[in-house]
Amino acid sequence: MSTFVLLTITGFGLAAMYFLIASGLSLIYGLMGVLNFAHGLFLTVGAYSTWWFGTHLTGLGNVTVRYLVSALIGLCVGALFATLVELLLIRPLYRRHIEQVLVTVGLGLAGTALVQAIWGQDSRPFVTPKWMNETTTVLGAHVPNDRWVEIGAAAAVLVGLETFLRRTRYGLIVRAGVENRAMVTALGIDVRRAFTLVFAIGGVAAALAGALSNVYFGSVTPERGTSLLIFAFIVVVIGGLGSITGSALAALLVGVTQQYANYYGATSLHLGSSIGDITVILLLGLILLVRPQGLSGRLA
Amino acid sequence: MSALPAVQPSRPLLSVVDLHVYLGQSHVLQGVSFDVADGGVTALLGRNGVGKTTTIRAILGLVGRQGRIVYGGDEIQSLATHKIARREIGYVPEDRDVFAGLTVDENLKLAERDAEPRYDLVYELFPELRERGKQRTGTLSGGQQQMLAIARALLNDNRLLLVDEPTKGLAPRLVTEVARVLERVAELATILLVEQNLGVVRKLARDAVVLDQGRVVHAGSAPAFLGQPELVRRLLSVSVA
Repeated sequence: MSTFVLLTITGFGLAAMYFLIASGLSLIYGLMGVLNFAHGLFLTVGAYSTWWFGTHLTGLGNVTVRYLVSALIGLCVGALFATLVELLLIRPLYRRHIEQVLVTVGLGLAGTALVQAIWGQDSRPFVTPKWMNETTTVLGAHVPNDRWVEIGAAAAVLVGLETFLRRTRYGLIVRAGVENRAMVTALGIDVRRAFTLVFAIGGVAAALAGALSNVYFGSVTPERGTSLLIFAFIVVVIGGLGSITGSALAALLVGVTQQYANYYGATSLHLGSSIGDITVILLLGLILLVRPQGLSGRLA
Repeated sequence: MSALPAVQPSRPLLSVVDLHVYLGQSHVLQGVSFDVADGGVTALLGRNGVGKTTTIRAILGLVGRQGRIVYGGDEIQSLATHKIARREIGYVPEDRDVFAGLTVDENLKLAERDAEPRYDLVYELFPELRERGKQRTGTLSGGQQQMLAIARALLNDNRLLLVDEPTKGLAPRLVTEVARVLERVAELATILLVEQNLGVVRKLARDAVVLDQGRVVHAGSAPAFLGQPELVRRLLSVSVA
């Protein structure tokens, strides 16, 4: 029982990470039709900014304060970076989807290579606040505390995004733009501002995932953004493009399934650790066959 | 191009000059030129596929185009769509294009542009929209969606309305209702109306511009045009009763 509880809660933690990346990805595709393959780089930027500032802001007192301040700076850097990407690279290629894909793929590769060139290919240890390394016992399961933080952060982002989408005029523009961008402009609305805003929001969420991933994995590496991006894309497709709640549900499904498959596949079926990844791919295939529009009902 | 006496009492509100649109390999509009007089209804007529909707979309910049578009004395062809719309141009698209995932209230709120949107007028013309404010637009009937599409354009004090096939697919009772509303709206704004229903055109339009194969083949007074059954049959492939 305790194992099942542990797997479920840590699966939620993994799902939180996927959701943070997928939410921005989903909104960006839903509103702008841009498949942003550089989105993983936003995570990397957030992760490395958090690590770099955490390492250099040594005068800030204890590790927890340093982590919180450096993570906050990481979010700002992520937002700024995403905004610049939209303004400088995506906007000039508006409606040129093939070129946008090529540019974002190129940026993702070049950005990762640049990080490797500056800080090396190897992972670097990340100093984690003490409390986050400890565990809390739930129904006999010793759950690492950082998982609660990840779940709480993702829940806060979900509530924040839903509030933004439902309660603000820009949220209304984004929801309408996801349905019919051309008609929004025909109403006299400059939808490009919404594009930039959505990119910035996606950058913040991905950077938050980066800051949290440093704690989750206990290190910072150049390729993490790329590897997590693959699962974020799967989450977006399963959840339905442009839907935040769809992404949240899909992230839970993928995260928990992956954890169960990894553990029970290894212990009961003596399969390798990649069985979780394979199971997620099979899950994606199954969803595409049964419900190609995704959980929220929006087609690619 | 056959010409009948046009009623152009004043400087045109809108002038389309040598408008060309290419969609893929198709040269859809091939030098379209016409004027829309300030006030009243100008009908843009033609058989299916001759470029009527493309003309409307080109005026708004929703499709790439070449040529000049002069509105209120200013050239607007280089402006982005949202800037064109902000020059007091309302748009009622062919397929309504209401936002199905939003409520009726949200659709109207999104369309607000003026400091004092004309909700009184909208609810006077379409009282049902007030009652259905919280309803998701995707669950409305075709007629209700059409009312919302028109209401969205009426919410602001627009000088020109581009109205594309507002009676398409509607039941006869609703066609009469839409025509009644447009007649009232024509007192408030100039309308460039794409319409297949010649009964509606006869009721509303002062001027008519007829397209064929991407070109203007007739421009002039609408009643005079509709009074020539042979010409109407030749240009529109329909008989006039």
